[in-house]
Amino acid sequence: MFLSEVTSPGGFFYLVPLVVFFPVAGLLINIILGSKFSEKMIGLVACLAPGLSFAVSVLLAISLSWYPEGVTIPFLDWISVGELELPWAFRVDTLSVTMMLVVSGVGTLIHIYAVGYMHEDVRHNGDPKRYQRFFVYFNLFIAAMMLLVSADNYLMLFVGWEGVGLCSYLLIGFWYEKGKDGIGNAIAGKKAFITNRIGDFGFLIASFLMFWYFKSFSFDVVFEKAPEVAAAAPGVIFAMTMFMLLGVTGKSAQLPLFVWLPDAMAGPTPVSALIHAATMVTAGVYLVARSYALYVLVPEAQTWVAIVGGVTALFAATIAVGQFDIKKVLAYSTISQLGFMVAAVGMGAFVAGMFHLVTHAFFKALLFLSSGSVIQGLERGHHAVEHDPLLRKRLKSEHHFDPQDMRNMGGLRNRMKTTFWVYLIGALALAGIFPLAGFWSKDEILAEALHLNPAVYWLLTIAAFFTAFYMGRQIIMVFFGEPKSEPAAQAQESPAVMTTPLIVLAVLSLFGGFLNLPFIHTFTNWLEHTIPLEEAVEATGEVAAATPGYMFGGLNLIVAGVSFGLALIAIAVSWYFYTRRTAEMQKLPANKRPDDPLRGVLGPVFTVLENKYWVDELYWAVIVNPYVVISRFLAEKVDWAFWHDFFHDKIIVGGYNGLTWLLSKPIDTSFIDGIANGLGQGTQELAATMRKMQSGFVRNYALSVFIGVVVIIGYLVLQLR
Amino acid sequence: MLPVYYYVGLSAVLFIIGALGVLIRRNAIVIFMSVELMLNAANLVFVAYARYYQAMDGQIFVFFVMTVAAAEVAVGLALIVAIFKAKNSINVDQISTLKG
Repeated sequence: MFLSEVTSPGGFFYLVPLVVFFPVAGLLINIILGSKFSEKMIGLVACLAPGLSFAVSVLLAISLSWYPEGVTIPFLDWISVGELELPWAFRVDTLSVTMMLVVSGVGTLIHIYAVGYMHEDVRHNGDPKRYQRFFVYFNLFIAAMMLLVSADNYLMLFVGWEGVGLCSYLLIGFWYEKGKDGIGNAIAGKKAFITNRIGDFGFLIASFLMFWYFKSFSFDVVFEKAPEVAAAAPGVIFAMTMFMLLGVTGKSAQLPLFVWLPDAMAGPTPVSALIHAATMVTAGVYLVARSYALYVLVPEAQTWVAIVGGVTALFAATIAVGQFDIKKVLAYSTISQLGFMVAAVGMGAFVAGMFHLVTHAFFKALLFLSSGSVIQGLERGHHAVEHDPLLRKRLKSEHHFDPQDMRNMGGLRNRMKTTFWVYLIGALALAGIFPLAGFWSKDEILAEALHLNPAVYWLLTIAAFFTAFYMGRQIIMVFFGEPKSEPAAQAQESPAVMTTPLIVLAVLSLFGGFLNLPFIHTFTNWLEHTIPLEEAVEATGEVAAATPGYMFGGLNLIVAGVSFGLALIAIAVSWYFYTRRTAEMQKLPANKRPDDPLRGVLGPVFTVLENKYWVDELYWAVIVNPYVVISRFLAEKVDWAFWHDFFHDKIIVGGYNGLTWLLSKPIDTSFIDGIANGLGQGTQELAATMRKMQSGFVRNYALSVFIGVVVIIGYLVLQLR
Repeated sequence: MLPVYYYVGLSAVLFIIGALGVLIRRNAIVIFMSVELMLNAANLVFVAYARYYQAMDGQIFVFFVMTVAAAEVAVGLALIVAIFKAKNSINVDQISTLKG
């Protein structure tokens, strides 16, 4: 039986449509019956949907281990126009199944967590009925994401791409009536959507180019024809990949379109974890990895992608240092880590990029979910304080207590033990501490970068230093020291339904790096079937041959040592600043005490970081405001004043009135009426003349008849002659 | 046998007398008789040429004319009686109500 499985592309491949249909079924059940279900039932249905998808993905992975080349499973005819045949087909290969496993696996854990988180969140925000809606959106997201990663052509991928964008929008604005001025969350959702539209425009142009030059959207056809098109028209592939890069910068929050992701933290924390950290934002990385055959043809485009990724990684990492909102720090960290991945896939280190994508999904989902646990712990603490008359007096400002501000936290390691430990694991994994997941994947990217693009290597190394620093800062500010507010002192641990997924993710973050250990390279061998990496493997081998001393089974010991050392130094520095310096700061009088020890050291530089380099303000000044001014000009001057008041009211209405006057006065009343009246009058005048002939004497009439007869007969006689 | 021109000439004379009678006289009865004179002038020509050409068509026409003339007399005399009753006169010059 197994032999036949090995030789034929059978296996469980035909189950692949289920990865999309389980979430769809889940959301349909919850839409139709959810209002009658209890919260537990809604949660069960919602968790089963990605859970079953995960099971199917595991079966697919097993099948792939028998038949690693992968298959395309046609499902439906979608579009058939002229010579364009576009089926809805599922691509099952090692790359897409990797994504499916991550999306459904991490997705399931986050769903389980959300069952507990949303139970409190809907009550905290005062609308328990939205529990159902949340899970409908969540399942819809899983369905769209599965569509994206399982597509076998660029247009299907785009459908998923837009679907996840829609879910992102819906979930960022989940509490649409909340936020700044009552519309802050709605504006954040809008910002994410519009920014993504700019990126999607790039994707669409790339698709149009693809259709024009390849007459197909299918991955197989496009990749097969790409070399000959590249030879015939070199600029085309470059343009295609660059427009695709624009799409990547939108979806994966890279420079210059990253601005939406920090604002997207307005959504509930499971949304930030699932959509804005673990899965959706990695779609851009997946797209580049999927289109590797196009990118390897144009080195300039690869360089651009790598530079965008590298600069974003450093840029966002520095911003994260200056943030006080616990989720904003993680958001900028996500942008920075996505920069690592984009840089990696840009350089041609596709496996390293995908590897980091997987490990990052583990630890960043973990960090976000833990931060959600921290936030709710503080909310519970705040609630407890408010309802205790003794403690209430000590509450500094009960009206605007921000449970996300790290300056209100501190000392939580004693109150929330589980959350502390999983947070620590996540942070160390992100910082790249041996032997946690982030160490292996980040090091692989750095090692590849060193010989593929040294400039990017330096950008990423410095970014890695900042990464370790801001994570150290966050851990210390949140969990160590003394509680800086009364709610933090009263914080309570989250329920088991939330901590269990955290523990699972912590285990994954601990051991996720073993997917691609030196010497063994499980993940490289796995992806090799989809992305043949001659170049990368060759280059690694070359380096190994030339300098065997520091190479350790594909692991560059110097690079690893440098990044590990930098991470330790960064953590030590953060330890120094946020314990020693903070303790010294406490001696200063309260009005002179800076809120962050770095502010004293860096001064205005810290203000720049805190304000995110004023990128938002720059965009407002350079793009949004001129856009508003132009819109206003177009609306008020061009549309209203010119078209409406002048053109419509004056020209069209005036012309119409003039024409009507012309038709009615000269033409109708004078000319047409003149004819009719003239006829009548002429007839009357003629009649007045003619009536004189009517003498009334019979003999006169007789004479007329006689003369008439004479004339006619005379005429006839003369005629006959 | 007399040449046909004699009959035509007689007929022309009779017709002219009748026509002049219609145009000149004012007595309705006389006008009526003048009309009969013209009809019979025409009859005479019909008969004369029927005889001249040895064809029966003219003769048949004469019968028709005589029939129509008899019907005309019936209607005409009735009209004259009606006029006389209304106007107490049969002078056609006095019947000028249709004057324009």
